[in-house]
Amino acid sequence: MDFISYHMLTTILLFPVLAAVIILFLPRDEIKVIRWAAFFASLIPFALSVWLWLRFDSNAAGFQFTEQYPWYQAINSSFFVGVDGLSMTMVLLTTLLTPLAILASFKITDRVKAFMMLFLMLETGMLGVFLSLDLLIFFVFWEIGLVPMYFLINQWGSANRNYASMKFMIYTMAGSLGLLLAIQMIGVSFGTYNLPELFKLWPVASELKNIPLGLPIETVKAVAFWAFVIAFAIKVPVWPFHTWLPDAHTEAPTAGSMILAGVLLKLGAYGFLRLVLPLYPAQAQQYAGALAFLAVMAIVFGAFAAYGQTDFKRLVAYSSINHMGFVLLGIAAAARAMGTMNATFALNGAILQMFNHGLSAAGMFFLVGVVYERTHTRNLDELGGLFPLAPVYGGILIFTSMASLGLPGLNGFVSEFLVVRGSFPILTVYTVIAMIGLLFTGAYILKGIKKVLHGPLNEHWVGHMTEINTREIVVMVPLMALILVIGIWPAWILEVINKAVTMLF
Amino acid sequence: MSTETIIWLIPLPPLLAFFLIVLFTNKGKALSHSIAIGAAALSWLGSMVVFFRAVGVEHFGKEVFQSSINWLPTGDTWLKIGVLIDPLSAITLFFVAWTVLMIFIYSVGYHNYGQPKGDHDRPGLPPHGATTVDEHGHKHTVPSIEPMYSRFFAFIGLFAFGMFTLVVSDNLLTMFVGWEIMGLCSYLLIGFWYGKPSARNAAIKAFMTTRIGDVFMLLGISFLYSATGTLSYREIFTERVLSVLASTATPILGLSAAGLIGLLLFIGTVGKSAQWPLHVWLPDAMEGPTPVSAMIHAATMVSAGVYAVIRMFPLITADFTGHGLTTTMSIIAFIGAFTALFAATIAVAQNDIKRVLAYSTISQLGFMIAALGIGAYVAAIFHLVTHAFFKALLFLGSGSVIHGMEHGVLHTGDHSIDPQNMFNMGGLRKKMPITFWTFLIGGFALSGFPVLTAGFWSKDEILADAFANGHMAVFITLAVAAFLTAFYTMRQITLTFLGTPRTKSAEHAQETPWTMTLPLVILSVFAIGFGWVGIPEEFPLLGGLLPNWLHEFVGGTLAEHPEILPFNIMPLLTSLIVALGGLLVGWLVYRNVKSVEEDKLQIKVLMNKYYFDEIYDFLFVKPAYWFAETFAYKFLDQTIIDGFLNSIGGVAQGVGRAFRKYFDAPVVNGFGDLVGESAKRIGKTMAPIIQRGRIQFYMLASLAVAIIVAVLYYFLLA
Repeated sequence: MDFISYHMLTTILLFPVLAAVIILFLPRDEIKVIRWAAFFASLIPFALSVWLWLRFDSNAAGFQFTEQYPWYQAINSSFFVGVDGLSMTMVLLTTLLTPLAILASFKITDRVKAFMMLFLMLETGMLGVFLSLDLLIFFVFWEIGLVPMYFLINQWGSANRNYASMKFMIYTMAGSLGLLLAIQMIGVSFGTYNLPELFKLWPVASELKNIPLGLPIETVKAVAFWAFVIAFAIKVPVWPFHTWLPDAHTEAPTAGSMILAGVLLKLGAYGFLRLVLPLYPAQAQQYAGALAFLAVMAIVFGAFAAYGQTDFKRLVAYSSINHMGFVLLGIAAAARAMGTMNATFALNGAILQMFNHGLSAAGMFFLVGVVYERTHTRNLDELGGLFPLAPVYGGILIFTSMASLGLPGLNGFVSEFLVVRGSFPILTVYTVIAMIGLLFTGAYILKGIKKVLHGPLNEHWVGHMTEINTREIVVMVPLMALILVIGIWPAWILEVINKAVTMLF
Repeated sequence: MSTETIIWLIPLPPLLAFFLIVLFTNKGKALSHSIAIGAAALSWLGSMVVFFRAVGVEHFGKEVFQSSINWLPTGDTWLKIGVLIDPLSAITLFFVAWTVLMIFIYSVGYHNYGQPKGDHDRPGLPPHGATTVDEHGHKHTVPSIEPMYSRFFAFIGLFAFGMFTLVVSDNLLTMFVGWEIMGLCSYLLIGFWYGKPSARNAAIKAFMTTRIGDVFMLLGISFLYSATGTLSYREIFTERVLSVLASTATPILGLSAAGLIGLLLFIGTVGKSAQWPLHVWLPDAMEGPTPVSAMIHAATMVSAGVYAVIRMFPLITADFTGHGLTTTMSIIAFIGAFTALFAATIAVAQNDIKRVLAYSTISQLGFMIAALGIGAYVAAIFHLVTHAFFKALLFLGSGSVIHGMEHGVLHTGDHSIDPQNMFNMGGLRKKMPITFWTFLIGGFALSGFPVLTAGFWSKDEILADAFANGHMAVFITLAVAAFLTAFYTMRQITLTFLGTPRTKSAEHAQETPWTMTLPLVILSVFAIGFGWVGIPEEFPLLGGLLPNWLHEFVGGTLAEHPEILPFNIMPLLTSLIVALGGLLVGWLVYRNVKSVEEDKLQIKVLMNKYYFDEIYDFLFVKPAYWFAETFAYKFLDQTIIDGFLNSIGGVAQGVGRAFRKYFDAPVVNGFGDLVGESAKRIGKTMAPIIQRGRIQFYMLASLAVAIIVAVLYYFLLA
């Protein structure tokens, strides 16, 4: 036990891969065994992260549960992991959503073993990004997460999956290119990839050892800043780098969409918070207006584009762009006025919004999947009138939609309110424009409910659209419970976030 | 139990009822309504205890009941939320608790509890009636029970929770929470019969229109929070904070921060209380079951909008010196007065019994808003309370009428008769006496029938205030609106209850069960009696018989007790003339009207509500949809951004292909092939020449090669 408690983070991080290896040796035709094995295996990291959450001391500054092992000594990069309040919440979100996503994909019958293995590897990739305290390791995990997701979309996706998976892959790789170069430059200049050290060195660095082309350092920093920003902006995704998302989300299998929306998008936002703001405070402040502009565009156009959809899953996909826009708006506001009370509000809101969106978006995608499994269509014009056929499902869908809409009393409101409150005094005009997006959030959510549930009993789907089953309810219950709990009593999670924000920024 | 504890507990029973019904008792109809009514009764009890304890406190207002807890960590401090009962919330709690309880009880009868299941009823559509066979073998069609009976009680439970939360809140944030929960519930309840396209669209329209106001309100709350660092009423309404806000300038319209925040919050009210230009949702909201109309349009949601402005009154008037209205106040007064008149003119030409009431509600809310705009604080509260009682009464009464008519429709089997159209009624006073008398009381209260009814006292006070402070434009507008109010009310009463039945269905209408009439009776007591608590001291003859308790009590909410107006005969005469005149004209014009063709006031522009729906559809709804689908999605995302990306992809592919075609294939492959092919060819040609099998030739060749190599070596490399 001691070994595990001293190596808690690596255990959480590597357990899924270990489980994947074990699953590899299970007989291929024992589908049930594989499913349950994968499900239980994914519960263990979750249990451990809950334990971690309880043991986590939110009052202590810096990283906790750190572990460091030599990795690539020639360039002074080490396998260095640790958590603070920021990554803690994300780890909790990841380990929570993975078992739910696995449970959600119990209907999959095609190559179950490969599917489950990829899923577990994906979990490790995502957790690695949140836990890394070494730039190079960060990048490695950043890329590792891509591969399983590519195959999940490409192999288990729907009709247009080749295009979607390719677009997803190339888009993200394009962003990674600049990121890798910038990381290399920083690493080579300081002879270390250790993040806590770099936080101290790089923002104040006035000269670099090997500046390419003899450029002034400010230019180098600005270029490196944008390299980071674009890589993360693609992942978030920020307008106008967002068009991979509707395709990828729509074509991915249900569980893939849940994780894509629930966690993968958070990687980008996390990159902003973990790396961009601490490493480039001056550039972030300088370009905060540009970031806010992009954020507002994402909020407004995300909402509009969602409203203009006829495909239920695409509608939900666009809603992610709209919601993640608020995360970036909060980050931009904080970048402009770092260290002020308003910035604290904005960042609290942004981080909580990441967590909240993880819950509601995963829930929404799952619920889309429930309908799709039964009717084999996502076309809103073909659906409608399902409420009398599946009243429990309808209730759950309305509940989750309302969370997504930001109804007060549910989680989304708390975080959106904090973001608006924080950014209003700093970026007043942008915040006011963002309200258009908030208004249209209502429009597309209500459109979704109307087109799916409302209307007279739909004879066409009688016998097809059966009520949501127990397994599916089990997937939704933890999400709904958290949505409600955070809406009513956000302090338990926000205290951790708030303390992390006040200590970090 | 301490008063503070009770206040915390007041909103909870209906919420609990909501969860209990949704999760456990959905199947049991009796159990569900028992839980809901029990919850409403508990909240009612708590409210009454709190109200009477508040009344018992001397100088309540200086002393209040409040308690708060930490809710959101914000940096080093916390955002606190809590409960507060001051005179304003005490009196609001009073009427909310009463009306909510009455509406809950009424709903049992309205949804035909105890009746058989319908023959073809489906969830999502109103019940169509059931066929029963009596002991003589005769078939009868009787009303059938609502298929989603339990769900209805769950929803109104949540609704009540939202309203109670809003009232007991001590801060803007939880007030906003209650505000939005009601928004959700009104959406769910207006669209309760989601199978009807009209109900579906009305629900979305209501939610979206009020949401326009809500986003402004959210901005206002954010602004206020960042300017003052608090959202608690009692911390904001201190002299220091208010004077800072009043003296901070903003770049918009030359408003002070206080004025701008007040305006932003007021826009929220414009949406919620259906003031022009965001009034369009309320008439359509009549698609919901009638108890919902009563709930939304009288007791809770629209009142909440006015309540919010009353709550923010100190902020709105922070830079008001007493001479000349501030910009914000002028806007509020204008919108209120304009809405009052505007909606009244539409109400005159409506034929649906509920729609008349809907426009009447918009108009009456305009009275309150106008009163607040000119600073008539107490008068606004007074009218808010009396209106809640008599409008709840009228809505429930109209529901009872519709119910009676539906009974007639089922009995005659003529389903072409619209049971809500007043021209299909007539003579109902004999068939439905309790409904008639209570409706008459409500209608007279709405018209401001002198002395007896509550509506007279509250409306008179608004007019008196406008007159006394010299706001003549407001005074005249409201007086005209009041005349129209009396007129259309009498039109409604005459068409519905007086004369003789105009259809067979009206002949066979039937009084509704006690669960529906009891609430009517109780509410009519308030529709009369509540006026007597606010009779001005100087009123001729009656003044001073009863103390003007309302002014004393409610005025205590403000830091400075509002002064009592000196008596003036002009506004009183005006009130008397418009009320009695309106009623008389209404009766004279409509007492002999037999059919809709004889109605002179069926003016197209009024019947079509000045075409606001069409204009908004053309200006906002259609463009928004076009913008969303065609511009934001198809053009921007699919054509521009993806087009750009795909063209990059295309270029990359093109370059790749070109590379293959013009370089890889001819040059690289060509070279490789060339080497291989040439070797083969040389081999083939040379083989017969050099491979002859004669040893001498090989030796000769070896020697030649050796010499060549040696020569080359010598000359080239050495």
